[in-house]
Amino acid sequence: MHRPHAPHPATADSDEIARFDALAETWWDESGPMAPLHRLNPTRIAFIRDAAVAHWRRDPRIVDPLKGLDLLDVGCGGGLITEPMARLGARVTGLDLAERNVAAAQAHAALMDLDIRYRATPVEELAAAGETFDIVLALEVVEHVADLDLFLAAAARCTRPGGLLFVATLNRTAKSFATAIVGAEYVLGWVPRGTHQWRRFVRPAEIVGRLQRDGLFTEDMAGMTYAPLSGDWQLSRDVSVNYILCAARPPA
Amino acid sequence: MRKRSEFDLVVDVAIVGGGMAGMTLACALAQAGVSVVVVDREAPERALSAGFDGRVSAIALGSAQMLRGLGLWPHLDAAAQPILDIRITDGASPFILHYDHTEVGVGPLGYIMENRAIRAALFAATENLPGLTVLAPCSVAAVDTEPGGSSARVVLADGRTVGARLAVAADGRTSPVRTAAGIESIAWAYPQVGIVCTVHHSLPHNGVAHERFLPAGPFAMLPMTGNRCSLVWTERRTLAEGLMALDDAAFLDELSWRFGDHLGAIEVIGPRWCYPLSVTLAKSYVAPRLALVGDAAHTIHPIAGQGFNLGLRDIAALAEAVVDARRLGLDIGTDSVLRRYERWRRFDSIVMLGVTDGLNRLFSNDIPPIKLARDLGLAMVDRVPVMKRAFMRHAMGLAGEPPRLIRGEAL
Repeated sequence: MHRPHAPHPATADSDEIARFDALAETWWDESGPMAPLHRLNPTRIAFIRDAAVAHWRRDPRIVDPLKGLDLLDVGCGGGLITEPMARLGARVTGLDLAERNVAAAQAHAALMDLDIRYRATPVEELAAAGETFDIVLALEVVEHVADLDLFLAAAARCTRPGGLLFVATLNRTAKSFATAIVGAEYVLGWVPRGTHQWRRFVRPAEIVGRLQRDGLFTEDMAGMTYAPLSGDWQLSRDVSVNYILCAARPPA
Repeated sequence: MRKRSEFDLVVDVAIVGGGMAGMTLACALAQAGVSVVVVDREAPERALSAGFDGRVSAIALGSAQMLRGLGLWPHLDAAAQPILDIRITDGASPFILHYDHTEVGVGPLGYIMENRAIRAALFAATENLPGLTVLAPCSVAAVDTEPGGSSARVVLADGRTVGARLAVAADGRTSPVRTAAGIESIAWAYPQVGIVCTVHHSLPHNGVAHERFLPAGPFAMLPMTGNRCSLVWTERRTLAEGLMALDDAAFLDELSWRFGDHLGAIEVIGPRWCYPLSVTLAKSYVAPRLALVGDAAHTIHPIAGQGFNLGLRDIAALAEAVVDARRLGLDIGTDSVLRRYERWRRFDSIVMLGVTDGLNRLFSNDIPPIKLARDLGLAMVDRVPVMKRAFMRHAMGLAGEPPRLIRGEAL
């Protein structure tokens, strides 16, 4: 099903959207081009789940600790985070501007019997319409948008009072250039060349400051570092390459 | 790829085989909120009857911690005989290897209990467990999985289908599910069988397990509750038939000189069983959306009483991999979950298979130089505390990186 092409807002970058459109069919192949995201996934989810469980005082050992919470996943791709969030009990909406991502995500959710609303709609549109959520996720997406400030402002506006906004991205450091661009794209070939542009990586302080102006306070931040021996990613204090942060909007 | 609505029953995990391994896994998963169906061809009443399984199991310390954690112990306590001491002797040789529980400093070395008691405890503990469905008696016609598929499909003999994210083969050493999935296995039969019976004796055993290496193979006297021992008498297949055919008095005569008189007068209570002894090792423990556990993955020589313990460690590892993935909202049947399970378990089971096979080969003969060497070996192990502690800790299931359940923690 192909929707008529909506005009993209100021924050979207059409080259980036086209790049991800071409990868749409490969999202769920654990050993395909998205393999690095699959490996990173448990670490990202654990950070989100643990922060949400602590925030809403839920039991982390039950299978649906996010039950009853509304969640928005901005830049959801094929649904790699969207589906787990739905399984954990949240009512989930996934946004992606690459139409083929949305189609791939919808098809996979149907196969998994998961009830998820996917839309090829920019987050600015939801913000303008006043749609709000308990949890908003912007994971591995801010480094792909054209206007960071506008994008974060829209994501923040979609976060309800008492809600949480999660942002994960790559830091703009010498180490991230060496590992994420030279290492991951050119030496190891983990991600397709041209996936990332280093100048678009974002320092944590830039996000924290921006969110503060929008009324959100950063509560926790962790680095995600790769352990070459086990092949797993771990949460750490080293935020020089990949990191994830959690910001809260105070209750009304 | 299939959609789930086509199935008669949809669960997270479908377990084929409701024996000790299958039911323990079902118990662990359902307690953690993972929905499970168990399919077994036997009716539960038959599986619990006195004539179904005459064997006992040695429960290592780690296994006991796991059974406690799963809430099974209250059902097992009365049937569990603590092993306080293990004495290993080589025929009539004076060299003795002696394992005393005070050397590792943590309660008994393990427990002996009847398989029937374990089955009964599992049925009692899972009777009203939410999220667990037991279909028995019910045969499985096929288990279909496909690479990249979104579910495993278990087809029952009556035509109903069960859809699951993960199918588990817990269907024993001949595992039809393993064969149908195209997983090859290495197998060899020992020229021995295990004769099993229960003996009542007039003197108390004081929790001592004896293993006597006779030329035909190990002869184990495992202490049970009351003044009873379970015998596992390894015998050449050619002789066993004759022994099984003897009348009670003649059988007791044959048994008595092997058993010795250290426990006073003995009598055989209940029937005798005769089990073939063999080794099987599946070349892989996993296939797309399928995992093998327990005897379906590996069967080993009973010489060290490790078969069920090995199975419990599989179950603890698989349950942990599945539950960890489920608590992150991940698909529990993907290759990354299955690979974690296989990496975790393969080494341990191959080591245990090799050790037990080696022990059996080493001891099941009466060639003088080998006998002298092994006597010296046993005596040496007894005199080198580091070596002995290492053996003991492995046999007790405490070596390696144990899963949470084996460490006595909650899943």
